[in-house]
Amino acid sequence: MDLLIQHLPALQVVLPMLAAPIVMLMARTPRLAWAATTLVTWLTLGVAILLAQQILATGPISYHMGGWMPPVGIEYYVDSANIFVLLIISLMGAISMPFALRSVEQEVDKTKHGLFYAAFLLANCGLLGITITGDAFNIFVFFEISALASYALIAMGKDRRAVMSSYQYLVMGTVGTTFLLIGIGFMYIMTGTLNLIDLGERLPEVNDTATIRAAFAFLAVGISLKLALFPLHLWLPNAYTYAPSMITVFLSATATKVAIYVLLRFIFSVFGYEFSFEELNMGYVLMPLALLGILIPSIVAIFQTNIKRMLAYSSVAQVGYMILGISFASTLGLMASVVHLFNHAITKAALFMALACIIYRVGSVSLDRMSGIAKQMPWTMAAFALAGLSLIGIPLTAGFVTKWHLLLAALEGGLWPVAVFLLGTSLLATIYIWKVVEAAYLKEPAEGVQPVREAPPSLLLPTWALTLACLYFGIETSLPVDMATRAAETLMGGYL
Amino acid sequence: MEWLGLYNYWVVVVLMMVGFYIVIAQGNLVKKIVGLNIFQTSVFIFFISLAKLDGGTAPVYVEGVTDYSNPLPHVLILTAIVVGVALTAMGLALVVRVHELYGSIEEDEIHEQDGKH
Repeated sequence: MDLLIQHLPALQVVLPMLAAPIVMLMARTPRLAWAATTLVTWLTLGVAILLAQQILATGPISYHMGGWMPPVGIEYYVDSANIFVLLIISLMGAISMPFALRSVEQEVDKTKHGLFYAAFLLANCGLLGITITGDAFNIFVFFEISALASYALIAMGKDRRAVMSSYQYLVMGTVGTTFLLIGIGFMYIMTGTLNLIDLGERLPEVNDTATIRAAFAFLAVGISLKLALFPLHLWLPNAYTYAPSMITVFLSATATKVAIYVLLRFIFSVFGYEFSFEELNMGYVLMPLALLGILIPSIVAIFQTNIKRMLAYSSVAQVGYMILGISFASTLGLMASVVHLFNHAITKAALFMALACIIYRVGSVSLDRMSGIAKQMPWTMAAFALAGLSLIGIPLTAGFVTKWHLLLAALEGGLWPVAVFLLGTSLLATIYIWKVVEAAYLKEPAEGVQPVREAPPSLLLPTWALTLACLYFGIETSLPVDMATRAAETLMGGYL
Repeated sequence: MEWLGLYNYWVVVVLMMVGFYIVIAQGNLVKKIVGLNIFQTSVFIFFISLAKLDGGTAPVYVEGVTDYSNPLPHVLILTAIVVGVALTAMGLALVVRVHELYGSIEEDEIHEQDGKH
């Protein structure tokens, strides 16, 4: 048992990685493949929780891969910042698996289930790896592992456009990670190290060189492509719209969040607050992009008739909120961003799950097919409406916690126009959520459309678990807020 | 003529721009993958050339030699090449699927078949 506890950081990544080829061999027994994958995702969640307890008790954990001492060996470094992200990823993986069984059975070809779940585990492993590693090159490799698996998963969507959107994601994603690699190369020339902590210590000496500025620019642009920062978001709406429902749920809750974490790690821990915000004035670049990124995709979302696509655009807008929090360059703003990683993950996953329930019964989520659906699927639509309130940011929901702290951070920085803007854009979210609620509750079904039954319990239960979480964490806010505050303080302090 | 001495970096920059331009400008899905490959290869060359030390030899201990090339970038790029191969395979596999589904690998023809999206 002691041995297991000692190697928890490695297990976090190795568990899904080793399970993937085994699950792949279960191609002939899809149910077994599903059961094995579910078990692994729950074990991964267990590992993350144990790690969190350990960090609370003893502080940051430094794990030396293969026993090689950092900075030469690869180090896995877990502190209060990345444990929060690790918990989000493993929690979303664990919750989306019970949901996957029926949804995937219907949407993915039976012969591909083994491969599907294997790719899902690899995507999971890649995302966890990006988060936990303390080595810059490792981040690149894990980015590619999760991205390659995601391309395959998205391409398994039913619609033929899924393949094309996966291809577009591949081209843009590869450009993004290659930019990341160039940035890492520049940093390596100047410092001779790849360890993030070591980089953080050595960069200040060479900060005023053009090479380090170029490294910063390449890293920022590359990661922004991965996190879908407006206007680099073009791959996201199609990928989310045509991917199998379960993959949309998982990726929308985790993939962009992890990229935001990497951006935070680089600008705060590696380059440091002073270099990023005082010398390069990162805030002046991020804030306009964040504001435009909230405004324009929100307006575009209003005009979508495919609801999955509408929520995909809303995801781009939500990334804008997270970047806005970073651009305030204050602990409070950063904390709002970090807590939104969690709040948006549960909210958006609940919304996409509700849509997946409708896709399961109706086969489509176009606005006209959803007319009057609330009478036929009352539980599904109730979940959608409640999670929608959280997306808008109504008090007593998780979304409000973020909006509130963003507002406080804006006022603290004396940026009252931004505060007004925040309230105004919530109105835009109200419009697009209302459009769906109006169609589902107030309109009559179109003539000649077969009525459908409520979604099966195996789909409804995870949906409602997340919906109730949106409400619970809106009322009892202390757990995510405490963790996010600790994460923000750690990031602001750099590596100490 | 100091800038000529850095010719390896000039090669990297030219290759990078050529690759990136192909990715943006070409409508053919296979050519885009080729462009992506050139783009990535330029970064590989960049890493390899930054590891080179003038007069340095291979990083194997030899009596009387004091200068060695840095082996770490070589190792990194070995990994990056593997990643690049996997990406190329994935990209080409997707192109094969696109060809099966649309009967074309020209971007504008595919978009035409799908309407505006």
